[in-house]
Amino acid sequence: MIALDQPFLWNVHWAAPELILAGFALGAVVIGAWGKDKAAGFLSGLGAIAFATAGVLAFLWSPELPQYLFNGALVVDGFSGLAKAMLGLSAAATLLIGADYFAATRQARFEFPIMTGLAALGMFVMVSANDLITLYVGLELQSLAAYVMAAWRRDDVRSSEAGIKYFVLGAIASGLLLFGASYIYGFTGSVRFDAIAAAAPTSEVGLLFGLVLVICALAFKMSAAPFHMWTPDVYEGAPTPVTAFFAAAPKLAAIALLARVLYAPFDGLTEQWRQVIFALSALSMTIGSIAALMQTNLKRLMAYSSVANVGFALMALAAGGQQGAATAIVYMAIYLPTTIGIFALVLALRRGGLHVETIDDLAGLGARHPFAAALFTILLFSIAGIPPLAGFFGKLIVFRAAVDAGAVWLAVVGAICAVIAAAYYLRVLSAIWFKPPAEPVQQAGGAALATAAVASALIFPILVIGLGTLERWATLAASTSF
Amino acid sequence: MIAAIAFYALAAIAILSAFCVIAARNPVHSVLFLILTFFSAAGLFVLLGAEFLAMLLVVVYVGAVAVLFLFVVMMLDVDFAELKSGFLSYLPLGALVALAMFAELGLVSSAAVQAGQGRAAIPLSDVDPGVTNAEAIGRVLYTDYLVVFQLAGMVLFLAMIGAIVLTLRERPGVRRQDVSAQVGRRRSEGVELKDVKPGQGLGVEG
Amino acid sequence: MASLIHQYGPVWGVWLGVGQILLVMITLLLSLAFLLLFDRKVWAAVMLRKGPNVVGPFGLLQSFADFFKFVFKEIIVPAGANKTVFILAPWLTFTLAFAAWAVVPLAPGWVVSDINVGILYLFAISSLGVYGIIMGGWASNSKYPFLGALRSAAQMVSYEVSIGFVIITVLLLAGTLNLTEIVDNQRAGIWAWHAFAWPTIVIMLPMFVIFFVSALAETNRPPFDLPEAESELVAGYQVEYSSTPYLLFMIGEYLAITLMCAMMNILFLGGWHLPGGPVDNPFLGFLVFYAKLWVMFFLFAMVKALVPRYRYDQLMRLGWKIFLPTSLVAVVAVAAYVTFAAPQAGAGL
Repeated sequence: MIALDQPFLWNVHWAAPELILAGFALGAVVIGAWGKDKAAGFLSGLGAIAFATAGVLAFLWSPELPQYLFNGALVVDGFSGLAKAMLGLSAAATLLIGADYFAATRQARFEFPIMTGLAALGMFVMVSANDLITLYVGLELQSLAAYVMAAWRRDDVRSSEAGIKYFVLGAIASGLLLFGASYIYGFTGSVRFDAIAAAAPTSEVGLLFGLVLVICALAFKMSAAPFHMWTPDVYEGAPTPVTAFFAAAPKLAAIALLARVLYAPFDGLTEQWRQVIFALSALSMTIGSIAALMQTNLKRLMAYSSVANVGFALMALAAGGQQGAATAIVYMAIYLPTTIGIFALVLALRRGGLHVETIDDLAGLGARHPFAAALFTILLFSIAGIPPLAGFFGKLIVFRAAVDAGAVWLAVVGAICAVIAAAYYLRVLSAIWFKPPAEPVQQAGGAALATAAVASALIFPILVIGLGTLERWATLAASTSF
Repeated sequence: MIAAIAFYALAAIAILSAFCVIAARNPVHSVLFLILTFFSAAGLFVLLGAEFLAMLLVVVYVGAVAVLFLFVVMMLDVDFAELKSGFLSYLPLGALVALAMFAELGLVSSAAVQAGQGRAAIPLSDVDPGVTNAEAIGRVLYTDYLVVFQLAGMVLFLAMIGAIVLTLRERPGVRRQDVSAQVGRRRSEGVELKDVKPGQGLGVEG
Repeated sequence: MASLIHQYGPVWGVWLGVGQILLVMITLLLSLAFLLLFDRKVWAAVMLRKGPNVVGPFGLLQSFADFFKFVFKEIIVPAGANKTVFILAPWLTFTLAFAAWAVVPLAPGWVVSDINVGILYLFAISSLGVYGIIMGGWASNSKYPFLGALRSAAQMVSYEVSIGFVIITVLLLAGTLNLTEIVDNQRAGIWAWHAFAWPTIVIMLPMFVIFFVSALAETNRPPFDLPEAESELVAGYQVEYSSTPYLLFMIGEYLAITLMCAMMNILFLGGWHLPGGPVDNPFLGFLVFYAKLWVMFFLFAMVKALVPRYRYDQLMRLGWKIFLPTSLVAVVAVAAYVTFAAPQAGAGL
């Protein structure tokens, strides 16, 4: 407890990105209350600007040394800055690609940007969390927004099912997290990460028990196998822009949060938690790759693809230390634009007035819209990890991290899974280029197509050339933060 | 001594009524037992010297949350016998999971105690007795946990908007009361005087 | 009671404590008998009737006659009723109504238990009053009682919110949760009473009115007696009750009204202090307190006689759209006043 007259908000300006998000959410409610759903378009635009600003600000204005805000409840450092930049931009992209979709399906309501903003706020808090309570509250803020967003099309049975399923399972995961956190608090006597690190001996059964529970809960939130069961159903049922959002930002936030939890307070227990992460990683890659082979629905396919990709990111985390954090964040930096780009393309294409749903819906795209087909090819090649695209380098550095951590077997499993995964990405491509069309695919959605184009440009030339810079940033950020 | 008796009585009631919450056949009885559990917990808070928390527990959980629970449960028209029909078939698996969890917990606790890692109880508060409960909580809540407090506010804000988004429907053709329109109505808008000649009427067909 | 135990030892202390409790209960019950009569007399006078005037001089013993009539009737439990809950409900109402009085200071030093969080305790207990009604309505297993119970639950929960905020404004001004200290904060005379003190009178007088109206709704008194609206619901949640259980409901209801009067008295009208200045003699203080209680009760009775019943949507609109925002703004305003402008700024919590 501090004395009341001590100015404890002196470094609150480092929380400016979070304040921008909170301010947007509160202001948008007032605008929405007057403008009703006619304000939805305006608020989407405003939200995209606000999220992007918050993210870029967090990155450009990140402190050289970690700054502890609110008596150490939040920490702002290079790592969180980099993560927030990506989170902010993905949230902004969600609003951009979603505007057309919601207008077309008559679901445009002004609350959507508010929900996205609050989810983004939750994720910003997650990546900056420096104690167990902040961690939990940030996670809940993000999850609660996600439940509502999943059920957004409330008259649609699948969407409602997605919302309910996500909510019930998410509540169980939150329960696990709290249970684990109470163990950690009970054995160390503190909720602050630095105090836990100071109080935690190298091996303590109860502490480890709590840590495993926390890891399980976070694995659920990032849909790592074997906690991935909800993923295909929720991704399929949720409106497509929301699925794009789920596949991108919350995963990065959960990975970054896991990095914080594992590295800062439990550095001394590395050998113990590393086994758990290894298992999660191997299972996620295997299940994500093999189960996706059987899918015909594009969203379900991307769901399993996201499970596999989380497996790769976890492989990087298992390396531990600065290399682990830097590699994981670089991997996610490549994964995020790729997956958002793919979803943007899915949103931009229609067949018979409806958005494309299955792989067969894409048949004949190559003949009719070669530009969109070319974008699809770049994005899918990248996520499959085919050189010289960015996705290849992403996998490469992850394997390097795994080998450095002494887990050659995991790298081998990863390589095999990558090969299997390539098969189903190629199946989509063969439908696009070689299958005769049943009915012509229409192309709509300017903003979505533009987003896809930007994403493709980002992962093909820009990131490949700039990969060195990105890695340098990530390493620098990780070295000052951990 | 009296404190010890009170503690054991309250703790026993809390645990028993918590058990009855899940064991009661009638869901309304479950909620009533839940209220009893809250009450006993509030009593335990009083024994700890945290009377402010105890009162808040009663005001918030018993006075508001449980009332809404009761409200909803009473209006539910669910055949609970049918709902519970699958209970027996799931019981073995559920019991197995519960047993495994319980055994794990026991193992962890005993291992921790055996290794001498059980810490001495952390003192509940180091606040000096001159400071009242409410003041002590206020000091911590608005300093150390300010950001969490604010974020909890955002969570509630989000929950409110989410509930409205998922349930509010604007139905066309519903007439709502507009008080200002009612009050602002003038006599000239509502009443029209017609000079009706005897035996002629206004020409309105019935 | 703790102080009694310290002073007189465990045995005599406990007995003295029990005696105190009994004294308060008997005083309350006796007062209640005459308050009931007073209620009916006021109502009758407004309607130019005589009211009860047969039993005893001026009908003074009417309440006692009613009491014996109820007690000697047979207790009828409907066949489909949930018997335990059906019997439990009136007892709960009755017990809670008395429990609240444990912390109410009736005069300087005259209080059964002078706890630190007295006002919160009062708020908590009065918010529990809804359980008796909702349980009784449900356990009757009949349509009208159930509808009455649901109405009542929604109504009481709604108005509790604004009552809570109004209480907070008083807490901010008094800087304490202890009821005796809240009263003593107003000892300097009528211009120190929370309802009239300058310059907060601008906010606090409207808050007093909001509290009064919310208290009417909280106790299901006319014009907010929708849970027992006879033209729609026969007698609401009490339809299936008769004899002693009904009596317990009635006593509980009137005790809750009296409690609300006492709360207004303590929070806004200076408790046992005279308009002219402080009172430190407990006997005189009690008389002042008691007199103010009757004045407040007279207001309750007059409202019942004069104001027609609200419609349910109007009731909800008033609670959520008018009282809640107004009291919320008042909390902010009072907090700002206490922090920045009050003579002893920062004296609050």
